[in-house]
Amino acid sequence: MKALIGLLTMAGLCCAQNVTVIQNGIIHTVTKGTFTGSIVIRDGKIAEVGEKVMTPGGAKIVDATGKHVMPGIIDAHTHIALDSINEGSISVSSMVDIGQMLNPESKSIYQALAGGVTTANTMHGSANSIGGQNVVFKMRWGNNADGLVFKEAKPSLKMALGENVKRSGNPQGGGFQMQGTQNLRYPGTRMGVEDVIRDAYTRAREYQKEIKEYEAKKAKGEVALPPKRDLQLEPLVEVLEGKRIVHAHCYRSDEILMLLRVFDDFGIKGVVFQHVLEGYKVAKEIAAGGHSASTFSDWWNYKIEAADAIPYNAAIMQKKGVLVSLNSDDAGGAELGRRLNTEAAKVMKYGGLTEEEAIAMITINPARQMQIDKWVGSIETGKDADIVIYDKNPLSMYSKVEKVFIEGKQYFDRDSDVTARPKTEAKKNGLIQKEKETEKRNMPQTMPQTRRPS
Amino acid sequence: MKRGLIWLAAMTVPLLAAESNSFLIRNATVHPVSGPKIENTSVLVMDGKIADIGPKLAAKGKLKVIEGKGLHVYPGMIDAGSPIGLSEISSIRETVDTGEIGEFNPQLRALVAVNPESESIPVTRANGITTVVATPGNLGGGRGASSSVISGQMSMIHLNGWTWEEMEVKRNVGLQITWPVIASGGGRGGDPEMAARFGIRRTPYAEAKKNQEALVLKLREFFESARRYQQAKAAGEPGLKPDLKMEAMIPVLEGKVAVVVFASREREIREAVQWAEKEKVKLVLANVRRPGKMTTELASKKIPVVLGSTFTPPLEDDDPYDEPFSLPGELAKAGVKFCFASFGTQFARNLPYEAAQAVPFGLPYEEALKSVTLNTAEIFGVADQFGSVDKGKVADLIVTDGDPLEIQTQLKYMFVAGVQVDLESKHTKLYKKYLARP
Repeated sequence: MKALIGLLTMAGLCCAQNVTVIQNGIIHTVTKGTFTGSIVIRDGKIAEVGEKVMTPGGAKIVDATGKHVMPGIIDAHTHIALDSINEGSISVSSMVDIGQMLNPESKSIYQALAGGVTTANTMHGSANSIGGQNVVFKMRWGNNADGLVFKEAKPSLKMALGENVKRSGNPQGGGFQMQGTQNLRYPGTRMGVEDVIRDAYTRAREYQKEIKEYEAKKAKGEVALPPKRDLQLEPLVEVLEGKRIVHAHCYRSDEILMLLRVFDDFGIKGVVFQHVLEGYKVAKEIAAGGHSASTFSDWWNYKIEAADAIPYNAAIMQKKGVLVSLNSDDAGGAELGRRLNTEAAKVMKYGGLTEEEAIAMITINPARQMQIDKWVGSIETGKDADIVIYDKNPLSMYSKVEKVFIEGKQYFDRDSDVTARPKTEAKKNGLIQKEKETEKRNMPQTMPQTRRPS
Repeated sequence: MKRGLIWLAAMTVPLLAAESNSFLIRNATVHPVSGPKIENTSVLVMDGKIADIGPKLAAKGKLKVIEGKGLHVYPGMIDAGSPIGLSEISSIRETVDTGEIGEFNPQLRALVAVNPESESIPVTRANGITTVVATPGNLGGGRGASSSVISGQMSMIHLNGWTWEEMEVKRNVGLQITWPVIASGGGRGGDPEMAARFGIRRTPYAEAKKNQEALVLKLREFFESARRYQQAKAAGEPGLKPDLKMEAMIPVLEGKVAVVVFASREREIREAVQWAEKEKVKLVLANVRRPGKMTTELASKKIPVVLGSTFTPPLEDDDPYDEPFSLPGELAKAGVKFCFASFGTQFARNLPYEAAQAVPFGLPYEEALKSVTLNTAEIFGVADQFGSVDKGKVADLIVTDGDPLEIQTQLKYMFVAGVQVDLESKHTKLYKKYLARP
């Protein structure tokens, strides 16, 4: 018996490289219940989770006694870490890719991380009926832009309806009001919005047909000329073929229903309706179409299309069978994104959903909507070890994030952050001093390099 | 059983028919805020005032009785600054009545522009906020388009009443002033690249500084004129024509009404404090974000502060990530007295959570609770009547199933000056309507 234990320990030792065990925490798995137990992380993946686990010798131990352990938060709609958000010049800008705007040095990444967010869908803005391509990334703070991207995530496309789209030109360029020199741009009504979208997908269908005809001819060995490549329609063809998810910004029930019917006609499925503040009025229709919804907890009345927004939106949609997530829509710094845990508590207050349903709305539900639930969104064996440790129940206003792991690697530790502050402050003051001295010596002044090299 | 029946009978009495303002809450846990909680006790309210608090109070006659077993009684919360009633949908100018044209408007009164039918009122009320300091000016610490320096008189209002007159708690609780900032374009700390991209002209620092100094000088001159007017009037100077702006300044100069100066950073705070001392006016600072070395001075000089929402990103990129969350705790530790404001309408209902957000980052819970109740009443000079559950005070009460600073807590009853108010709103009505959609 003793020998056997010894053997097990030996075996543990030999394999304990890259093993971390989060011990004795209150684990919110989201999909498999909540219990006090431990998680074994091996090579960035969750190797085991349960009330009792085998702790390999030599494993790094994280004591989570009395703490709450949750899967990393997934923000289904944000605009953080971007150098620019809207290509506001044309109504169909599907050729632009927000992924190329990802700024790995944006402090918003660290701020989101410190709020328990591990994955986010950072998107093109809502200036155009059909916006740009989005990018899903992880808060792997310290990596370059390539190192942030969630490579397995399915590509997606932003679409938008309503006020922002109707407004001429760019409505939201970084919070600055545009001058009155912009030209009027079609569409200017919700009718026009439908037309722009139908027209774009009709053209995409024609383009798809041309490609198919070309490929058929080629397969038969016939002489064929490939159709001229169309970068605007290519992403729309991917949408038609189910290879690209649509995230559609919308507010009013009439426009939601309009888009549902457009998608019916083009056979587009699995759309995520974003903001969808009147989704509660057409929850039945959204659910029947097999689409889902990502909303705010309690935003309302900031513009006329948000006049009927209610904090019960998420609860009604959930009760009527829609898969619902909550998102931040952050831009610039991370604000709401870093407290999505308490935002989730609002679906318990407004509409009486359960604790598990609330946490699901910021973890597994957005993961399912973004089709990344194979890797993230819950604490299950085989998934990425994207894990947050809170000192108290994350649904309480009094909780705070203590540690964040992404693929088993610790990217945030509150204690270390706080401890490092005097040193950071001293370093900053040193740099300011140095700059002042440089100025004094009347050297030719150089601008501080704030942008990453392109 | 019998007790249950009596309670049931009491509850079915139409509550708003005669706007009864007398009742008894019994067997509840009372959180006076002014002192430690009292378990298993009763609160007797007579004619809108708290008549008594004690374990063995009995209802006399046909008094309405509310069974408080398992429930908690707190004072109604006070939002220390919101354009509620003056601003309906912030992006639609026609629905916004804050931010009048002109730099100096001390004569404007927020109270008279409060729309009692605003949708924000029942929505905000439903989360335990009974009282609001209504603001006449645009908010946001000087970043807005308005160049207003003196925006008008802030009015404390109850979130209940058929008219603004009935809503009035105190019509003039402070003169809203925005301390001029050195704005060199794109906002302070604004991204120069973004400013360039959107064609915003950046004012050179020297020029911006000159503009700021000129505006401060104008403010000094305005106060000087007001003082001369005050003296001329006191001396009964013949031929002195009444001037509404100057008249409005007299209570401020007499120290009866505070100046509520919006100043976020150390530089503006220092200037505002020095200015207020020189003018010998009562100072309250608002929207303080970066007091720096002024913190100790605010404490020693007992200058109170109205804090804006903690729900904001750090002020600067190189600030600690929790900068907005930890500021209240730091101020409390230094001995600065403060309260919280939403400075908005959309999220005014989240006032209790603004305060709660500071608790895990160093603000003692008791201080958080005070900063949305008693501190606010004290800072605005109405603590003799409001802000706590104490005998003799106006019965602005909320009855909850738990801690009102926690999101999951549900509000069971609200009383404004002893009158029970409806907790329904447009939101609850739409909820019921669409939940029932077949």
